[in-house]
Amino acid sequence: MDVTKYTIKQISVFSENKPGRLAAIAGALEDEGINILAFSIAEANGFGVVRALVDRPDAAYKKLNAMGFMVSFTDVIAVKMRDVPGGLFEMARILSEAEINIEYSYAYSGREAAVLILRVDRVDAAVEKILARGGTLLSADEFS
Amino acid sequence: MEVLKGDALHSLQAKRLRWTVEQAGKVPFYRKMLQEAGVRPEDIRTVDDVQKLPFTRKTDLQGGYPFGFFAVPMKEVVRIHTTSGTTGKPTVVGYTRQDLDNWSELIARNLTMIGLTDEDVFQNAVNYGLFTGGLGFHYGAEKVGMTVIPSATGNTRRQIEMIDDFGVTAIHCTPSYAMHIAEVAEKEGTTLPTLATGIFGAEPWSDNMRRVLEGKLGVTAYDSYGMSEMYGPGAAFECPERNGLHIWHDMYLSEIIDPKTGEVLEPGERGELVVTPLVKEAMPLLRYRTGDITMFLEEECPCGRGMKIARLHGRSDDMLVIRGINVFPSQIEHVLRSVPEVGDEFLVYVDRVNHLDEMTIEVEMNRSAFRGELEDLTRTQNRVVAALKEALNLRTRVQLVEPESLPRYEGKAKRVIDRRGDDI
Repeated sequence: MDVTKYTIKQISVFSENKPGRLAAIAGALEDEGINILAFSIAEANGFGVVRALVDRPDAAYKKLNAMGFMVSFTDVIAVKMRDVPGGLFEMARILSEAEINIEYSYAYSGREAAVLILRVDRVDAAVEKILARGGTLLSADEFS
Repeated sequence: MEVLKGDALHSLQAKRLRWTVEQAGKVPFYRKMLQEAGVRPEDIRTVDDVQKLPFTRKTDLQGGYPFGFFAVPMKEVVRIHTTSGTTGKPTVVGYTRQDLDNWSELIARNLTMIGLTDEDVFQNAVNYGLFTGGLGFHYGAEKVGMTVIPSATGNTRRQIEMIDDFGVTAIHCTPSYAMHIAEVAEKEGTTLPTLATGIFGAEPWSDNMRRVLEGKLGVTAYDSYGMSEMYGPGAAFECPERNGLHIWHDMYLSEIIDPKTGEVLEPGERGELVVTPLVKEAMPLLRYRTGDITMFLEEECPCGRGMKIARLHGRSDDMLVIRGINVFPSQIEHVLRSVPEVGDEFLVYVDRVNHLDEMTIEVEMNRSAFRGELEDLTRTQNRVVAALKEALNLRTRVQLVEPESLPRYEGKAKRVIDRRGDDI
């Protein structure tokens, strides 16, 4: 099975925890006409990582890098959840039973469904298990 | 000794200076230096002949790490202390039994000068160990016959309990720790009624701070000065006049120089203190540049003792004193270079939070080390904190900042922003 189809390039941007950093990142993406589909901020002691799924990750990487930001690609997967009670539990159980660890996740509720973005320790295994159990994964194409 | 003047003083100093030059000649570094300068011990006839000698710098001492500056065989060295160096290695100081006696004698002289006796109970609330303030004061106070409590630092509530329960009359600590003790005591609801004398040193403190400490602790506060290279604390001390510190002329020959030109300055002119210890056996030093900025006071002290220096506030180099510990920005640079995840650029902020010094280091991340994971960054941050703790013996805050975000300098980089000010 071609798991790379379901491997989505998230951009991860190092940011100091101070006013204006997110605005600088978001503004730069707007300048380039890049659309942000989902995003989250993880923060630690004095700094954070801005994580975003965008429609053109390569362009976003280039732009932010040129501006001096530290940017990196991270492989994540996007799972369509049933937007009903128990939707998250279903997904979490599949991964738990396969002993796949979720390093972090964030979600957005789109027009058609709720989407869970997952960063897991074993991407290939996660893709296989989720598909085998009848789950729906969004492919990278669907984000561009 | 304390009140020796004129010819009697000068001839004692000249004799001891000649002996010191002879002693220094046993150290290869000095043998070479004296040869190059063309100075032999017998050329030293008067105290002014000290000016024939070249200066010794802290970096010279580091070049001799660990025992290169010892003038006696190791079996005669009975103790070692170290002090922070400008780079990774500390400066090592050795003491013979006679050195330790001399040092205790100095401390005892200071304590006696401010009226302390064997009736006093003395709490020594400074770091014991390699830092000279602990053992130095400890043995000096014992020599006076005081009841000595080696309380060291930390556990402030216990310190306060001891002051009250043991009837402590005199305390020695850093001024910032004294401030902390005062605040905790206030919260605990005690006025520390037995405490009458405070000896504060190892870091600069203002007259304003003196007033506050005296008010809060109910003590008369005295300033103490010294450095490991001069045995430790006790080299200069305030007498009851508390207007400048007597720098002990029988044990140290001091000069004030222009730090840029090396020119010897007159009393009343501010410059760098240069010291030639006159009785140090294990580790003699010639014209050691302390880096401390002060001046000789022109007026004689009404107490009749010898030359005084002004209280010390500045440095001729970039050394910082953080919670009584000396820190050179070059040491921080050295540590950061050992952590590949961060770059070379850094900025040090020094603040005073609740009367205690706080050092925050902003360091740029190394672009290639970023893989997008928060936990990698946290690990890097902790690694830098641990490496700094190990090298400086200080807890610091570390902020990771974006690459190329710190200011760049064409000339000498400005690495330190000291926001402590002169107030308290």
